[in-house]
Amino acid sequence: MSHPDVLIVGGGPAGVAAALAARAAGAGRVTLLEREPRLGGATRHCSHSPFGMLERGRVYFGAAWGARLERDAREAGVEVLTGHSVTALGADGTVEVSHAGGVGGFAARRILLATGARELSRAQRLLPGDRPVGIVTTGALQASLAFHGLLPFRRPVILGSELVSHSAVVSCLAHGARPVAMLETGPARLARAPVTWLPALTGIPVRSGVRIVDIIGRSRVEAIRFEHRGRIETLACDGLLLTGRFTPEAALLWQSGQRINRGSGGPSVDQHGRCANPLYFAAGNLLRPIETGGWSFREGRAIGHALALDLQRPVPEGEAVAVGYDDPVRLVVPDLVRPGIAPAPGFDRFQLRFTRDCRGRLALEVDGRTLWQRSGRWRPERRVLVPMPAGIEHAGQIAFRFSEAPDSSEAPVFSED
Amino acid sequence: MTSATSAQFDIAIVGAGVVGCATARSFARAGARVVLIERGADILSGASKANSAILHTGFDAPPGSLELELVRAGREEYLRIHRDLGLTFVPTGALVCAWSAAEAARLDAIAAQGRQNGIGDLALLDAAAARRRMPGLAATLEAAIEVPGEYVIDPWSAPLAYVTEALALGATVMRGCELLSGRFDGDWTLQTSRGAIRAGTVVNAAGLFGDAVATRLGLTPDFAIRPRKGQFVVLDKAAARHVPVIVLPVPSETTKGIVICPTAFGNVLVGPTAEEQDERERATVDAGTLSMLQAHGGRLVPGLRGIPITATYAGLRPGSDRKHYRVSATAERRAITLGGIRSTGLSAALGLAAHAVRLHAGFGGAPRPAPGAVPRVAVPNLTETQPRDWQRPDHGEIVCHCELVTRREIEAALDSPLPPGDFGGLRRRTRAGMGRCQGFYCMGRLANLTRGRLAEPLAESLAVGEEPSS
Repeated sequence: MSHPDVLIVGGGPAGVAAALAARAAGAGRVTLLEREPRLGGATRHCSHSPFGMLERGRVYFGAAWGARLERDAREAGVEVLTGHSVTALGADGTVEVSHAGGVGGFAARRILLATGARELSRAQRLLPGDRPVGIVTTGALQASLAFHGLLPFRRPVILGSELVSHSAVVSCLAHGARPVAMLETGPARLARAPVTWLPALTGIPVRSGVRIVDIIGRSRVEAIRFEHRGRIETLACDGLLLTGRFTPEAALLWQSGQRINRGSGGPSVDQHGRCANPLYFAAGNLLRPIETGGWSFREGRAIGHALALDLQRPVPEGEAVAVGYDDPVRLVVPDLVRPGIAPAPGFDRFQLRFTRDCRGRLALEVDGRTLWQRSGRWRPERRVLVPMPAGIEHAGQIAFRFSEAPDSSEAPVFSED
Repeated sequence: MTSATSAQFDIAIVGAGVVGCATARSFARAGARVVLIERGADILSGASKANSAILHTGFDAPPGSLELELVRAGREEYLRIHRDLGLTFVPTGALVCAWSAAEAARLDAIAAQGRQNGIGDLALLDAAAARRRMPGLAATLEAAIEVPGEYVIDPWSAPLAYVTEALALGATVMRGCELLSGRFDGDWTLQTSRGAIRAGTVVNAAGLFGDAVATRLGLTPDFAIRPRKGQFVVLDKAAARHVPVIVLPVPSETTKGIVICPTAFGNVLVGPTAEEQDERERATVDAGTLSMLQAHGGRLVPGLRGIPITATYAGLRPGSDRKHYRVSATAERRAITLGGIRSTGLSAALGLAAHAVRLHAGFGGAPRPAPGAVPRVAVPNLTETQPRDWQRPDHGEIVCHCELVTRREIEAALDSPLPPGDFGGLRRRTRAGMGRCQGFYCMGRLANLTRGRLAEPLAESLAVGEEPSS
């Protein structure tokens, strides 16, 4: 059993930034566990600058960032252990780990989870049809290309139209695969210009508002059937690329019975990124799907700093206040506020997402008083940031209320990306 | 002991599902020279790849039926041999749950049938007692029958172990080998997609194609396969704490109904549906049914609500135009048919295998001596109730993080006596890619580790000059 002061699970941008910040704020022994052979997380194979990639004809430059993070962490005195896969979280701060040598244990004063997010699988999307080879996510595609020089298909249908979907198009084109079409099940594409020019420029047809009705293929994908404007169309292809629709990688929390934020799919956290179990913290895309590597890094830094200060205080007791919200608000992070703890240096804003494109008034009510409100149009693909009012840590009741505008005339967009 | 023939093989078994694999083992143990032929790229390519993984007691089988006799015999043999083969079982027990007064009124009759079937330890429970056994059951529960002997097993490692033992005893397994026709002239000549095979006796264990194979053998089939599709939803391992017991419904006249069942791998599955279809090749899932199954699970066990889905799948049960097994032997043609094994094949397989050996003895002929010593064969444990490889030193690394599959396990499967023929076979042998991310993290590694080893490769190598720089 190893006994660091701080144990960080996950070596992506959020985890490394948290480790660096904790060390900088005076935390003693900081150990970072990463199950892959290198640090960097999704940035090792994934990038969101597709035009730069198109010009370079390469998608791997994220790996250089991982190497830099690793060097920074080691230089800051963080004990970095790669190839270490956490298999169980104990409520008492003990953690079980498997590594090449077998099973080991850690007992830390505080644990920070930064396990990131992944794209929804075929099963979670409830896609119909056969289950042949050739159905992969962008993450699997880009890791296959970047780490193994392997291409899982030549003529995929791309499902999804987020930023990452367009990154997937670039990955395909740069390696000799030719996407057959881009299909979006929502009413409209989720990325915006200039990214969305890419399919048109490269001659890839795009359809929105589709419903996948069948995946056909006995051993490998042979065709995708979908409904579009009341008609069934069939696309011959040799793969289906599932893009976007990220979900937090929260399996360890689910299995250890920790409190889940049902809106985000990640852990419930308070204004310091602290989980319902006060020995645990969380940061990065584990908290919600999904922000950039840069955002995750800044978030990890703030939570790592808060965690280091927390080491010098007794573990908070008492009930946290749950942040309420109405439909069509999909998620609020943080969704807890612990009494008596000022937000700084943790979160200074609530992060919200909407389930659908709508207009109306969003209001933050604290102890029955409206402390913030805004009317406008709210889109599901955009993050909404609401500053935490001064004194929020003394509130007994916190809720986001939404009144939908009966008249959906044009209104300015206040949400921020 | 089995009879001798001058042909190349004593026994040709058509179909490497769980019944074919068990039958290969039993005949090989009896000293027969066995060939097992399978149309698919791997064993368990048909009905046996998708089931609910329950080792049944037979409490609800038709009294006096061959199915009851063989389920009981198969189960007893499994419990006798499992440890030697590296297999295990999870003694979950089952609760037959009545969710309405009408269903509750039928429990007495079900319990009486179970006792008549020789299952003495089942007990009628009121709702409170049933919820003490499984606190997660919804408040709408009326009453239940506890059947302590219903267990959960690994449905793929068991047949793999049977066929591996047959291989160790000298059996031949031919995959990608479709039976085209058969002619009997005292011995059988089987024409297959991989050439002719001579065998003394043929055993039809072709599952979904049982009637078609009978026709190709020139035997007039006395049954017609009526495929019945079952869709399943597999819930994340977080669901396991809510479902320690198999939750069975009160069965209807036509189906055992939708089960909520812990798996030996630590998940919970909800299914199967019972959808009649003519199609035998395709078992597709559909979104509406999968949502229904997910909602059904949450209604009966409220703790399952919101728990993420790990996998979805569909299988076809090789039912026939009658409810019972269609088992027959034709001595003058030296042919045995193990057909219409609708939904209890996993439990009854070893019983069916022993039954086939007995039927064959009735054909007469000079017996072959049984092999002196049966080689020791054990398959790797994949269940969560026994130690896994990731808990042992020097496993190399974990490749599939969701299911904690090590590189050593994958390499061992690829180098085993019966390496996986396709990705499905690798998944069933190791659980790699079976977990919640369904390959998001590990597909590239798996594609790399399986280069050149699978009938349908996971990926192709980039051309020279296209390789990554990192």
